[in-house]
Amino acid sequence: MAEDCILETTGLVKEFRGFVAVNGVDLKVRRGHIHALIGPNGAGKTTCFNLLTKFLEPTRGDICFNGIDITREAPEKIARRGIVRSFQISAVFPHLTVLENVRIALQRKLGTSFHFWKSDRSLDLLNDRAMELLTSVDLQDCADMVTVEMPYGRKRALEIATTLALDPELMLLDEPTQGMGHEDVDRVMQLIKKVSANRTILMVEHNMKVVAGISDTLTVLARGSVLAEGPYAEVAANPLVIEAYMGTEVDELASPAGH
Amino acid sequence: MSRRVTIAYLVGLVLLLLAPTLIYPILVMKVLCFALFACAFNLLLGYTGLLSFGHAVFLGTAGYVTGHALKVWELPTLVGLLAGTVAAAALGWVIGSLAIRRQGIYFAMVTLALAQMVFFFFLQAPFTGGEDGLQGVPRGTLFGLDLANDINLYYLVVAIFAASFWLIQRTIHSPFGQILKAIRENEPRAISLGYDVAKYKLLAFVLSAGLAGLAGATKTLVFKFATLTDAHWHTSGEVVLMTLLGGMGTVFGPLVGATIIVTLQNELADKVGSLVTVIMGAIFVICVLAFRRGIVGESLALYKRMIGQKI
Ligand SMILES: Nc1ncnc2c1ncn2[C@@H]1O[C@H](COP(=O)(O)OP(=O)(O)O)[C@@H](O)[C@H]1O
Ligand SMILES: [Mg+2]
Repeated sequence: MAEDCILETTGLVKEFRGFVAVNGVDLKVRRGHIHALIGPNGAGKTTCFNLLTKFLEPTRGDICFNGIDITREAPEKIARRGIVRSFQISAVFPHLTVLENVRIALQRKLGTSFHFWKSDRSLDLLNDRAMELLTSVDLQDCADMVTVEMPYGRKRALEIATTLALDPELMLLDEPTQGMGHEDVDRVMQLIKKVSANRTILMVEHNMKVVAGISDTLTVLARGSVLAEGPYAEVAANPLVIEAYMGTEVDELASPAGH
Repeated sequence: MSRRVTIAYLVGLVLLLLAPTLIYPILVMKVLCFALFACAFNLLLGYTGLLSFGHAVFLGTAGYVTGHALKVWELPTLVGLLAGTVAAAALGWVIGSLAIRRQGIYFAMVTLALAQMVFFFFLQAPFTGGEDGLQGVPRGTLFGLDLANDINLYYLVVAIFAASFWLIQRTIHSPFGQILKAIRENEPRAISLGYDVAKYKLLAFVLSAGLAGLAGATKTLVFKFATLTDAHWHTSGEVVLMTLLGGMGTVFGPLVGATIIVTLQNELADKVGSLVTVIMGAIFVICVLAFRRGIVGESLALYKRMIGQKI
């Protein structure tokens, strides 16, 4: 079943001056799945994302994408291979308009991004596609707004639209619903479900309702190591996991719908 | 360019063409050289988010190369200007390649350190004339017009400035400019979208260095000599001041800042002597404390607030 894996890491380790943030992680992400990565704060989830997208250099271990070893590649190269990430802290271009944000992602394919003598009106031919993407996240009415003026939830939606603009094979989302109100969470959850149709998604998510609702597989990370892996019901029943999630979050795990 | 910028650009151009009837042309030419220098610097600071603290080295290098090309090699004026510009751009490529891999204050430090190294080279090298500078550079002729005549030269300088200003505007509003803004706004995000940001920063650096060089080359032509002062870190500081005072990241800010600083220095130098440095320092402090966005930036913000209130 090895060919079913779009992404595979073996013995991934990241040390920060002696502190081991990620400790021998073997992660297998199946093609077409929505794979959730959960774990208490400081477990190493964001660090994992940084390693997978090469924003950080792994101390040890290998990363394979579609059977190709990408462990030594530069971050922009990884993005061009089809692994596109979002960030835990909102990743928009705040003083560009909403439309321009999406267009930045579309622009690279034109091959004119070094053309400093050309008018930016030459980018207008991307506007239709950009509007389509904005419509898919329900932002069509904000296209001309300066991004910094939008509420938080909408910025996250814009981030997803921008990521989608690259049509990535593998999309990495770091806490896409963090800090959102109830309605926004539902919207983003539906959106993720929708865009997962012909791609793979790996996401860090704290909201158990989202995890239980849309993920196919779940990996629990604690202190840099994989604690458990499998479908939601199986993982939630794992005593190790329950122990790691002491206190209120145990209830969350047991009854996701209650929140 | 947006319509408002285009109108302002054309009005400014007409004023410049009329200016020599009212103002001493050498002063206007000096202002234009520094304005071009500041606009080139603003391309980097205001639109790419890179603070180069050694930008005078490009002004100075181009000044020497152009001076040498005209005086020693006796090349035609335009070729001399081009040689200075290309030399500055090439030096920009070297310094830029070394600096852009560092971020923030470290980037500024690397540019300053490398610029100082080049400065000491100029101080020692025989062809620069050391502390005395490279004197007696001939202006030459252009299309049969004698540039020794200040008015003839004036129109050449206005043409150089207008063309460069247009090129900078075009760069800002180009597909390339969009990526520069994206890098300024959120560099990790630009990387995650597949952009090799180092290459974009390097091209911006080379363009900025080349245009700063063109300013230095033109200045040599105007004053008929190239001087060590132009490569000194004082001048690097001055261009920061001009840009901040006028408003970084605004189209006309550097032009306004350069005009004020050059005119002030010109007016005050005889009257207050070395106190000029103190006055410049005070302006800098006031600017940083009271109006962060600079004169043009604050004016635009005020204007926006006023029309906002009317509606
Ligand atoms: N650049 C860094 N330098 C040093 N320590 C870091 C760095 N990034 C993360 N860490 C540490 O690594 C651990 C894991 O962090 P992180 O991956 O952000 O956790 P999570 O996303 O699971 O909450 C934390 O203890 C954090 O302090
Ligand atoms: Mg995190």
